[in-house]
Amino acid sequence: MDQLNSYLFVAAILFSLGVFGVITRRNGIAVLMGVELILNAANVNFIAFSRFGGMNFDGHVFGMLVIVMAAAEAAVALAIIINIYNNMNTINVDQASQLKQ
Amino acid sequence: MDNIFINYSLLILVLPLVAFVILIFAGKRLPRQGDWVAVSAILVTLILSIVMFIAMLLDYNPGFSQESTFTWMDLGAFKIELGILVDNITVVMLLVVTLISSCSHIFSLKYMEGDVRYSRYYAYLGLFTFSMNGIVLANNLISMYMSWELVGLSSYLLIGHWFEKDTAADAGKKAFLTNRVGDIGFFIGIMLLYSSVGSFLFSDVFVGVETGKITGITLTFAGVGIFLGAMGKSSQFPFHIWLPDAMEGPTPVSALMHAATMVAAGVYMTVRLFPLFTPDALLVIAYVGGFTAIFAASIAITQNDIKKVLAYSTVSQLGYMILAVGTGVYVAAFFHLLTHAMFKANLFYGSGSVIHAMHHALHEKHDHETDPQDMRNMGGFKSKMPITYWSMLISTLAIAGVPFFSGFLSKDAILAGTLAFAQHQPQHFLLPVFGFGAAAITAFYMFRLIFMTFHGEHQIPELVEDIHESPKEMTGPLVLLASLSVFIFYTLPRFNPFSDHGWFTDLIVPQTAVVPGSMTAHQITEYSHHAHGLAMGLSITVAFIGIILSVLVYLKKIIPAETLAKKMGFLYDWSLNKFYFDENYHRFLYQPFLNLSNKVAWIDWELYDRYFINGFGLVTEWFSRVTGKFDYDGIDQGLVDGIGRVAGATGHSLRKIQTGRLQNYLLFVVAGVIVMIIVQAF
Amino acid sequence: MADYIFWLVVTVTVVSAAVVVLNSQLIYSAVALLFTLFGVAGLYVFLWADFIAGVQLLVYVGGILVLIIFGIMLTNRISSVRISHKSVQQGVGGAVVVWLFIFLSIVVIKTPWLDQPAIEPSSSVGKVGTLLLTKYVLPFEVVSILLLGALIGAAVLSREDT
Repeated sequence: MDQLNSYLFVAAILFSLGVFGVITRRNGIAVLMGVELILNAANVNFIAFSRFGGMNFDGHVFGMLVIVMAAAEAAVALAIIINIYNNMNTINVDQASQLKQ
Repeated sequence: MDNIFINYSLLILVLPLVAFVILIFAGKRLPRQGDWVAVSAILVTLILSIVMFIAMLLDYNPGFSQESTFTWMDLGAFKIELGILVDNITVVMLLVVTLISSCSHIFSLKYMEGDVRYSRYYAYLGLFTFSMNGIVLANNLISMYMSWELVGLSSYLLIGHWFEKDTAADAGKKAFLTNRVGDIGFFIGIMLLYSSVGSFLFSDVFVGVETGKITGITLTFAGVGIFLGAMGKSSQFPFHIWLPDAMEGPTPVSALMHAATMVAAGVYMTVRLFPLFTPDALLVIAYVGGFTAIFAASIAITQNDIKKVLAYSTVSQLGYMILAVGTGVYVAAFFHLLTHAMFKANLFYGSGSVIHAMHHALHEKHDHETDPQDMRNMGGFKSKMPITYWSMLISTLAIAGVPFFSGFLSKDAILAGTLAFAQHQPQHFLLPVFGFGAAAITAFYMFRLIFMTFHGEHQIPELVEDIHESPKEMTGPLVLLASLSVFIFYTLPRFNPFSDHGWFTDLIVPQTAVVPGSMTAHQITEYSHHAHGLAMGLSITVAFIGIILSVLVYLKKIIPAETLAKKMGFLYDWSLNKFYFDENYHRFLYQPFLNLSNKVAWIDWELYDRYFINGFGLVTEWFSRVTGKFDYDGIDQGLVDGIGRVAGATGHSLRKIQTGRLQNYLLFVVAGVIVMIIVQAF
Repeated sequence: MADYIFWLVVTVTVVSAAVVVLNSQLIYSAVALLFTLFGVAGLYVFLWADFIAGVQLLVYVGGILVLIIFGIMLTNRISSVRISHKSVQQGVGGAVVVWLFIFLSIVVIKTPWLDQPAIEPSSSVGKVGTLLLTKYVLPFEVVSILLLGALIGAAVLSREDT
């Protein structure tokens, strides 16, 4: 039964899991993966609404834009993470805490 | 005609005060140290009083009386009214005061020349004149009392003028303190009257006595209390001790205050308040006066200091005046006050003139040992100081009660009064005995003074060539007052030297005492008239006995003075030493009181101060320590620091939010969002 | 039949996602992410979004996932013994996330979604392309610039300082 609700639920689960990953994981790359989950959840929402909302393709466009943006962001994030690793020999986000009081 | 009396009186009152103020503050800086300020002020007052006197004579109204009152304090239930009263008695008294005061001012121009505190002397003279006029012009007990005190103060200041001399400073204190003792009685008397009558004004008091608001024992007590003030001021026994010592002051001061005016204030006050004395009070007054008269006279006969003789003579004469008041002939008392002022002041000025000459002579000889006031160092000055001699002789004749002189008239009136009193109340026979006895003795010692000073051999021959007459500022008053000691001025418009009927007795009419049961004025006058002839005969006899005795001892030297003295034995010794009054007072009064004061002081100082006061200090100190501790530990540490610590702890704990970890912040964000949405939804 | 497959795909997706966030080994997480992405692509297919599914597989799996794995390789000392990347604050985080999910579910259930009529599936490529160049040309261009920026940024970041 592919009702709208099902897709929305799935997206919700994915979103929650992504948030959990972001706030819980210590490894920078793991955090990045959480972010990807969130983005995917949002995408699912877009596409689902697109189909169940009169099949307009605006949702698809947005989905594609989201994917593109995710790619860009992943590239930059990884560049930063690699830089951090080169400087501090670790990518434990707890240790990148120069902002701590 | 009406207002000028009040206005002139106010001027007379105030001008010397103005002179006092000016001289006190600016005296030293003025040219000639400002004596012209004082002299001009007093001369103006003299002129004004003469004008008032003439006006009174022209009016010739015995019932003349002007009063002007103003309210000083009005507190509803308590009201004090003050004011001035001008009647015939006032006018005469003002004349006496201003005349003698002017004479003193002028006399002092030469006598006090070069004195170390010249301007202050004149300032105090002004203060004294102001206060004396205050007494004379008062129409109520409170003003009189205030001026009374001021007169006492001026007396203290002037007696102690040369305060570098211990004797002078002590004499000033003695005068003031003795006065004060009398004043206590005065004040009690005033308050007794006020509490019964409700007002201080004389008129109200008399009305109150008449209507019986205060009677019997209370009234007698009030009268005696008031009389105590007169006793102090007029130096009656036993308060006579200060007047002889007051001779330490400059002679013009002695003349002014202790002969003519201040001491007469007591008499004046009893004359004014005569209507409220009960017969019992009057009896007390009479005996005090009579005894003082003879007592002081008995001391005067042995004194060698010329001023001391005059001082005791004054005490004796004042006793006469008080005696007259007591026996009811108070007009005679006032008359004697008037004549006594003239001749006694004259005698004092004369003695001042002699002392001045002695000073000068001793100074020439560089002799600082010999006492210039001791009559035993004088003798034979008659040819050297004629003006002084003749004026003093005239005054001596007056005081001795020789006919054709003023003193005879007044003394005679008094003696007639005492005789009349004794005739109607024979149990009081002592009074005329006192009176006539004192008259004899007075004649004796006064002529002794004249003979020792001006007649006989020069006791210190080398001195004599430097003795010369005094300058005219000093002889002027002498001549004036001597002439006023002659009978004629008092009997006008009649010329009978044996009768005191003149302008004085016409204008100054006795009032009946308002105390129920007193003799009326009419009765008193009648009785004394009956006794007049006898009194006159007796007084002339007695006076001549005194004079003849004096001639025998001191002029002709037939009876040597030393043998008389030895024959009198202890009486002579007692007389010479003033009956040891001062010594006994010291032993039985002053010393015990001082001992008591010392004991009380010891209690206060050692016990009270040390234990109580210091203990109090210790308690305070302990208390402050405790509160300090409370403040420091409790409040400062607990509250103030506590708040700081709480804030610190809070901050410390809140700091933990700032972990620096991004994920924590994210968590908070998400949580916050959820919370917000939940809140929104519900 | 289609339902079963649907639910299978959903299961795969969800389980893989759970593995991604819960596993302590990074490589396992990366592989799980792969499966998740595949699952999502499958979901797209069910949603008749053929083009997007393809793009997802191409870009996400082929690009991003590879990049991630590169990153993992470059930043981990694989040779060393198990590097524990234990996660922190799981308790609180879990609670918050559960609440978040509950909340989202409530929203999903409660909102009256509009009931649209079913429509036949059709090819979406052309439509999407047309939209990209007409209605959404601006976002399209902006995203291009974003890509350019990301490219340059990444290049700058990974440059060595000589």
